[in-house]
Amino acid sequence: MATPSDKHPSIADHPDLDQWIGMGADERIILHTGKVDIGQRISTALALIAAEELDVDYDRVDVRRTETDIDPNEGFTAGSMSMQHSGKAIRMASATARRFLLARAAEKLGVDAATLVVEDGLIQSRDTNETITYWELMPDGKFDIPVDETVAVKAPEDHTKVGTSVLAKGMREIVTGRMRFIHDMVLPDMLNARLVRPPHYLAELKSIDEGVIGRLAANNITVVRDGSFVAVVAADEYASVKAAGQIANAVEWNLKDGLPTGELYDSLTSNERISLPVVKGGAPVDEPVLRLKNPPNEAISTASTRFEKPYQMHGSIAPSAGCALFEDGKLAVWTHNQGVYPLRATMAEALDMAVDDIHITYVPGSGCYGHNGADDAAFDAALIARAVPGKPVLLKWTRDNEHAWEPYGSAMVCELRGSLDANGKVIDWSHESYGDTFMARPAPGRVGLPAEKLLSTHYMESPLDWPVAPPTMGAHVGVHRNLEPLYTFPEPRLVKNLVRRLPLRVSALRTLGAFANVTAMESFIDELAEAADISPVEFRLIHLDNERAKEVIITLADHMKTDQAGQDEGRGAGIAFSQYKNVAAYCAVGIEVEVNDEAEVKLHRAWISCDAGEVVDPDGLTAQLEGGLIQAASWSLYEQVTYDGGGITSRDWETYPIIRFNNIPEVKAILMERPGEPFLGAGEAVAGPTGGAIINAIYSAVGLRLRRMPFDPDAIKLVAMQ
Amino acid sequence: MSEIDLHVNGESHTVDVEPDTPLIYVLRNHLKLTGPKLGCGQEQCGACVVLVDGKATNSCVRAVSEFASTKIVTIEGLAEGSELSPVQKAFQDEGAAQCGYCTSGIIVATTALLNSNTQPSDDDIHEALHDHLCRCGSHRRVLAAISRLTEEGA
Repeated sequence: MATPSDKHPSIADHPDLDQWIGMGADERIILHTGKVDIGQRISTALALIAAEELDVDYDRVDVRRTETDIDPNEGFTAGSMSMQHSGKAIRMASATARRFLLARAAEKLGVDAATLVVEDGLIQSRDTNETITYWELMPDGKFDIPVDETVAVKAPEDHTKVGTSVLAKGMREIVTGRMRFIHDMVLPDMLNARLVRPPHYLAELKSIDEGVIGRLAANNITVVRDGSFVAVVAADEYASVKAAGQIANAVEWNLKDGLPTGELYDSLTSNERISLPVVKGGAPVDEPVLRLKNPPNEAISTASTRFEKPYQMHGSIAPSAGCALFEDGKLAVWTHNQGVYPLRATMAEALDMAVDDIHITYVPGSGCYGHNGADDAAFDAALIARAVPGKPVLLKWTRDNEHAWEPYGSAMVCELRGSLDANGKVIDWSHESYGDTFMARPAPGRVGLPAEKLLSTHYMESPLDWPVAPPTMGAHVGVHRNLEPLYTFPEPRLVKNLVRRLPLRVSALRTLGAFANVTAMESFIDELAEAADISPVEFRLIHLDNERAKEVIITLADHMKTDQAGQDEGRGAGIAFSQYKNVAAYCAVGIEVEVNDEAEVKLHRAWISCDAGEVVDPDGLTAQLEGGLIQAASWSLYEQVTYDGGGITSRDWETYPIIRFNNIPEVKAILMERPGEPFLGAGEAVAGPTGGAIINAIYSAVGLRLRRMPFDPDAIKLVAMQ
Repeated sequence: MSEIDLHVNGESHTVDVEPDTPLIYVLRNHLKLTGPKLGCGQEQCGACVVLVDGKATNSCVRAVSEFASTKIVTIEGLAEGSELSPVQKAFQDEGAAQCGYCTSGIIVATTALLNSNTQPSDDDIHEALHDHLCRCGSHRRVLAAISRLTEEGA
């Protein structure tokens, strides 16, 4: 827990109570947060925390959508950090507010503050019948005091709201179709825009048929062109769709060399790269990598493996969108990105504007799962708005735009080797991971120009160079996320390889390198357990000294045993475990599968046991775990971005299939009760273990160990023939 | 431009649009019914699905002129005032949405399914929802909501 010398990062940047909590009209409580709700229900959790500490009804709490200049700058909503950041800040702010309000009430009512009780914002003294509400005490609505990080917060045993299941914020709007997404925005005189993108990353605009531009202009449709950036703008949305089609047929591109088409997994381990050892604590160090030595003499068995994962996409169901208004030298932007402040600073640089002249408001998009096209679409909208000043422009990317231009999660290769002694203990361990960067979010304070990370800066009249990311050196930040095992392996050899000259645009996709690293590690652990003739559960337990880790594994195993996982004819079950980033939520996953006659992997049942510290919104946490498992199962079984020299060939849902309703397992999620413990981020914890558990379950069912994703029928048949 | 008569959510409308305009643009931009979502524009993801004469129908490709003599219901037309339809209520109770972008299409498709078959088998459900994609992974809760409805109806 925070001590005064260990300031909470969000409170350090935003020390004033008014920056977090407002007393709204109509007796509402308004929460300000820098974390955005992208379907992960963070606003529900924050509202529960505030309702608890303030003693007001959950329904009385509104969570604002983040807006620059008004709401706190908490960087990006990413890395499963929202509860540690905003959750903790809101808890301290709410407790500070409650104490302030009670002191003021005591003064007004002329009673001792200790005699006051609060029910839904109504304060009453046990000694008198007089009452006063929070809102009556706050006629001007301002606290004008700092958040006190030493304030007493409620003891977990006194919680009546935190830890209960509530109707999620926005759920009623969703089921009635009244939730307003950025795609549904309407502003006065708003224009609609569509892009005409090149066939691939490296193509350049040669020409556009001026006759077509003229005919469109005659219908009040504007073609915006800046170098190879081309867009059309029309009052009517469908007119912009048709015009984009006409321009696409009227444009000539210089295709240049096309995309590199070498064998991807060869490239990953043979291209130029930066190799760094990763040390205890999970961070790389700038030192030479020790070569892989022969296994120790005590080793009675040594195994090695190579795991390969393709490029995968965020695959948001809504193509990205952005809205912008350029007027009197100022720019207003509406975006569904994960950090309005970093985007503002980046756009200021890219557009050569003052930061203060840009105002950005978050509006929900569909789930993003990392750095998808949202930031790029916001910038595209701004470029178009600059060409038609005075009118707001709503730009929607198409499905094709999103599939072909979003920054993917990098392809990866993991090479592992492990040796066992006579007791079945791992005495030697090596894990090398190879991949491109996961760190390409547009944000200042990172190496390289932030503007380079906005897609269309590479197509403007004076194009910027494509970013070449330096290796990130933080613990678990990038390719090396969860490269360090939590297991008690003596002096593991861990290597991060940041590979250059790979073909596709990449950035942060949910879990970064952890999905591949945990999948590879947890599948290999099962291979070693088999070699040691020890059960997968027991093998993990004898290599762990972390009691919370052991408990989630034991709990999972108990449930799977009771439920007779993998016992039916033709079925197999597997487990896997990780603690996300070795500091966030502990998660063990069990999967039961069957491989049918068509070589399809059918998911029957899944079990998740998770220790996420104190649980605020159990239903929301469960939803995140279930959803994360289903998404990771989709990555594992179905997904890979395909491309050739002419560009990306995964351009719709037929060419980039994802999981469907006919292969959704029953899911049982078990949450550890840890009242009073710090929040441990949980939005990403389940992905890695899911990949590992699927491999282990397939092996259990049919004796095939899959090592290259996706595990589609072709992959299964290929391994079966080997 | 031409005038087209549409019957949507129990009301008649006359819209003046290019007749080749896909239905979804008319619903969203002319009738301000933004519940149906544009997800792919290729009848692949189901986010745009509305009821057309009771059948779950993609609205993102076919021209508005084809719908002139039909009865269209969007998600906005399912609730009776502030009273949620049984399907909406079940989705709300199960928390069967995360970001919610695909949800409107899935609720409409579920409504069509249960209107024609009160006791659908798993295969019936999978077939009805086959072309509805969800990326957040709310599928299990959607299936739980449908189970809740069929058990209530049993």
